[in-house]
Amino acid sequence: MTWVTRAALMLGLGFLYAPILVLIAYSFNASALVTVWGGFSTRWYGALLADAPLMAAAWVSLQVALLASTIATILGTLAALALERHGRFRGRSLFTGLIFGPMVMPEVMIGLSLLLMFIGIGVDRGIVTLVIAHATFCTGFVAVVVAARLRGLDRGLEEAAADLGAGPMRVFLTITLPLLAPAVLAGALLAFTLSLDDLVIASFVSGPGSTTLPMRLYGQVRLGVNPEINAASTLLVVLVSVFVLLASWLTARRSRV
Amino acid sequence: MRAGAPGRLFDRLVRLPPLLWLAAFFLLPFAITLKISLSEPATAIPPYLPVLDWQGGLEGWSAFLEALNFDNYATLASDALYCDAALGSLAYAAAASLILVALGTPLAYALARAPARWQPLLVALVVVPFWTSFLIRVYAWIAILKPEGLLNLVLLRSGVIAKPLILLNTDAAVIVGLVYAYLPFMVLPLYAVMNRLDPALREAAADLGASPTRVFWTVTLPLSLPGIAAGAGLCFIPMVGEFVIPDLLGGSETLMLGRVLWSEFFSNRDWPLASAVAVLILALIIGPVVLFRDSLRAGEEGRP
Repeated sequence: MTWVTRAALMLGLGFLYAPILVLIAYSFNASALVTVWGGFSTRWYGALLADAPLMAAAWVSLQVALLASTIATILGTLAALALERHGRFRGRSLFTGLIFGPMVMPEVMIGLSLLLMFIGIGVDRGIVTLVIAHATFCTGFVAVVVAARLRGLDRGLEEAAADLGAGPMRVFLTITLPLLAPAVLAGALLAFTLSLDDLVIASFVSGPGSTTLPMRLYGQVRLGVNPEINAASTLLVVLVSVFVLLASWLTARRSRV
Repeated sequence: MRAGAPGRLFDRLVRLPPLLWLAAFFLLPFAITLKISLSEPATAIPPYLPVLDWQGGLEGWSAFLEALNFDNYATLASDALYCDAALGSLAYAAAASLILVALGTPLAYALARAPARWQPLLVALVVVPFWTSFLIRVYAWIAILKPEGLLNLVLLRSGVIAKPLILLNTDAAVIVGLVYAYLPFMVLPLYAVMNRLDPALREAAADLGASPTRVFWTVTLPLSLPGIAAGAGLCFIPMVGEFVIPDLLGGSETLMLGRVLWSEFFSNRDWPLASAVAVLILALIIGPVVLFRDSLRAGEEGRP
């Protein structure tokens, strides 16, 4: 590595991490003022736990993320199988567009259009509509992760099982799925974090009593910087980082199989 | 897989759930949005007219179709607010995309040239902020940019400036926020392309006497253009409809379509006009979406 590439790496990663580190540092500031360092303190974490509406919102987010990531994982894995294993089929480009469209579509559009549909067919807004919306936009991300691993799998194993008389279902359950498991788990973790993080889509499709954590945080952020939010953000950042590192560790293990 | 009859049935069954789910919750909602953008706002539940009368038969349908009109689009075209928001969205997204290419290219190149055993860790380090709450990452910049924030504090203490700079709620803050939030989107596809380049090409150029700088400009960069296109598309498309960044970092005069859609919907409760804004966003990004799909496909076919 030359000093130029090394400098590019350090500057790039520094730019990505500095704001997050500043936030984490402030969350331990005893003073409520951002400009004054009042010493190390965990008082804002205590305040966080005592904040009942925030805790309720966190609980809603957790339930939604669990359910939505489960659905997205099943749908995304099936979509990846169709894209990687079925070759050319009729309607393939429509299928691809449907799977990957929600990944790039601006969130305001996904949120608005889903809400208009829910209202049109008379569905009450709440946990269910949140789960449907999040599963819809997370499916593509799971599909990308699982498809990447499928591309690396030796197809000979599946063909050998089929030649020995196993039906397609049996091949899938005994050969493909076990080999895919790390990627499926990684996809599930990513879907979980995406759902946990979503503000815009949730703002459209949630109902009274189903305020999610990002919605609650956003309401307070609009009022300005607040040390309690710094503490909540720090917890969320740590939680998400653990999940992502776990997911990337799971995907990186593919080289050993 | 051998395409026997049971295999083909199995393949269909595999495709069906994601197809039905996304048709129902992605495609159909867009069709409904399109329809509502042709409706008029009303003080009713739902707050727009006409509502299709399913029991009305053919007459119900024709009455419904006749009541649809393009008034909302006429409003969008005639009111300077919406034109400015559309131009603003494109300008912010284009400016941020250019800066992202300038910043993302050296970073992706550095990642691709790092020792192989460090690469998974370095890539994970780029990915972690991407998954870390979007809202929190934007919020972090408020603490840095506000008048009594960290940046002003540092500049004041070091004597560079005499009084705090106004940084928050400006165009610059919006651009910084966009670049910061979307940098991993730019770096990852670009890194994927650069990582696949055959090192023999670089070595050949170097053997023929090209300096490392010349090798980068004449060999690496041209071959990385598909990655640059994919990254820029992946950033530009969602940035056009971005809401959180202009709302938190921008000023009251920062006009972007995502924000306009949000306020038409939540503040003015004009659902048909909000739907028309959504269709306008779609019209603006459909070109880049098609281009992006092509570059994605080219990347896919070029894989080993």
